[in-house]
Amino acid sequence: MATVTFDKATRVYPGTERPAVDQLDLHIEDGEFLVLVGPSGCGKSTSLRMLAGLEDVNGGAILIGDRDVTDVQPKDRDIAMVFQNYALYPHMSVADNMGFALKIAGTPKAEIRQRVEEAAKILDLTEYLDRKPKALSGGQRQRVAMGRAIVRQPQVFLMDEPLSNLDAKLRVQTRTQIASLQRRLGVTTVYVTHDQTEALTMGDRIAVLSAGVLQQVGTPREMYDKPANVFVAGFIGSPAMNIGTFDVTDGKAQVGGASITLDRAVADGITPADGGRVTLGFRPESLDVVSSGSEGAFEVDVTLVEELGSDAFVYGTLKNGGDLHAGDSNQVIVRIDPRNVPDKGDTISVTIKPEQTHAFSAATGERLG
Amino acid sequence: MTSAAPTTESVRPTSGLGNRARKARKALSNPWASTLAVVIAVIWTVPTVGLLVTSFRPELDIRTSGWWTVFGSALQGEGVFSLQNYETALFGSSTNMIDFFVNSFVVTLPAVFIPITIALLAAYGFAWIDFKGRDVLFIAVFALQIVPIQITLVPLLSAYVSLGINGTFWTIWLSHSIFALPLAIFLLHNFMKEVPRSLVEAARVDGAGHVKIFFTVMMPLLTPAIAAFGIFQFLWVWNDLLVALVMGDLRTFPLTVRIAELAGSRGGDWHVLSAGAFISMVVPVIVFLALQRYFVRGMLAGAVKG
Repeated sequence: MATVTFDKATRVYPGTERPAVDQLDLHIEDGEFLVLVGPSGCGKSTSLRMLAGLEDVNGGAILIGDRDVTDVQPKDRDIAMVFQNYALYPHMSVADNMGFALKIAGTPKAEIRQRVEEAAKILDLTEYLDRKPKALSGGQRQRVAMGRAIVRQPQVFLMDEPLSNLDAKLRVQTRTQIASLQRRLGVTTVYVTHDQTEALTMGDRIAVLSAGVLQQVGTPREMYDKPANVFVAGFIGSPAMNIGTFDVTDGKAQVGGASITLDRAVADGITPADGGRVTLGFRPESLDVVSSGSEGAFEVDVTLVEELGSDAFVYGTLKNGGDLHAGDSNQVIVRIDPRNVPDKGDTISVTIKPEQTHAFSAATGERLG
Repeated sequence: MTSAAPTTESVRPTSGLGNRARKARKALSNPWASTLAVVIAVIWTVPTVGLLVTSFRPELDIRTSGWWTVFGSALQGEGVFSLQNYETALFGSSTNMIDFFVNSFVVTLPAVFIPITIALLAAYGFAWIDFKGRDVLFIAVFALQIVPIQITLVPLLSAYVSLGINGTFWTIWLSHSIFALPLAIFLLHNFMKEVPRSLVEAARVDGAGHVKIFFTVMMPLLTPAIAAFGIFQFLWVWNDLLVALVMGDLRTFPLTVRIAELAGSRGGDWHVLSAGAFISMVVPVIVFLALQRYFVRGMLAGAVKG
């Protein structure tokens, strides 16, 4: 068990200008489950591989516990890694796969057997111990890869998108299994994923990366309630947050036909560089459907209604212009009462619930207020 | 090798697969193609069959009639076969064949093991160890294949003489190793590169150094490649006459030299030659049959997903 510290760790791939990971500062507590999340190419896997020792560190340092491991070989770091494609040794049985690291470390045979069997029991693999990986299903292979890490009893678990090769149902199931297993073992874990749902459900804390730069670290609740910038706001949450940039006059943002009064702190935070504009974000569930003409209401043309049983979401466009969209789509998303859904082509009026607006600088994208 | 595919597929049968296999079989099997293949196979085999039949015929018969006439005579119940040629070839002449047979083994085994061992190490280095000038060096090694071995014979031999090892088996072992290495390194390197990178990384994280990775991860996965190259090199060295004749002397001559002599300086002893040829052929056939079971495809099945 140990803490992990990235101290301005930087990785520049040979032949590239921009660092793949740029001055990453991150401290992970003992026994914590930290999720590194971001879109593809953001440097999250590189960060993990730097911690594993599979990638050179070009600047800064990485510490496990109090030990500087920046230039230490992977085998001397006391870590275990679960690979995205599992990377099982195809010529070895499941038991040999799981015991490989112990065998190299010179652990007595009886102890290896015992530890492998314990891990197999935890992962429900006991009856497959003598099989080769090719005779296992995808989910079983994934568990063998997990088992290989558990058996080592390392200081840190590293997991590189271990669920991305499973089908959707199995992924949800395995997600909770991994999270509860980690709580039980209490081993510091760094988990990489591109899926923000996985990040929110599994992590004690989440670190969002974009273009090699750490955007924000915090608990899932913090990330959801107080995103530090526009990128985090748009990335965390499903369906995505509605975000748009609007003109500000007299401390009020003009959203569609409505004027939305900004907080004092927000209004004061607007600088000349913003050009009299502010970026506002509000989550689909922060919108209330009201009768037309209500104060602070703006209108949305419904283009699609998605019913999920417990919820329903309206996808539409903001009437009277204005660039307001959720995630990569160009649509506004509103959560509505599933028992009272509008038809396609209708127009609904919505207001933003008080205190649920996120305001960001139009110029820098940083959070205001 | 067709049997390998169904076994891997049977692990997780899906409805589309059986259908696809059927389609593939239909597309690939065609009566005309099959007929053509059979015809080619027959044409290919006829000379060998002729030699085999000849080797069992008495000397006089060989001189007076063609080997194909034997089938008619055999049907009429005449005794047309004898083992006389084999007796002459093995025990008859002044220097008997057994010595050459042993020489062939003494020449061939190290000439197979030395290049495979070196090439495996070199291929691992080229594939998985980052060092400066790796690509240039690899291309240089690969490019060595364009040098015809005939050109190297004289310089090599003079080098051996100045080293003082001429006339020993070392000259032949070294020569064969030198000639085999470029192709061996290239082949094994390509096989090693096909092993997923994450497998090597997993082994590194598991605590294995290069030596451990080489022996416990790479070698087992490379068995088919090693067997393939092993057979190739074995046949090459076993059947080699040029190098053995140029580099060796009377104490090191292998079977091929003896067989060449069997034909006689006047080219008259065809009956002994045919028997000798088959004695020398037996070993490669056994080697091939013994090693071909290592030609297993899908060694990497189950290692990584997708």
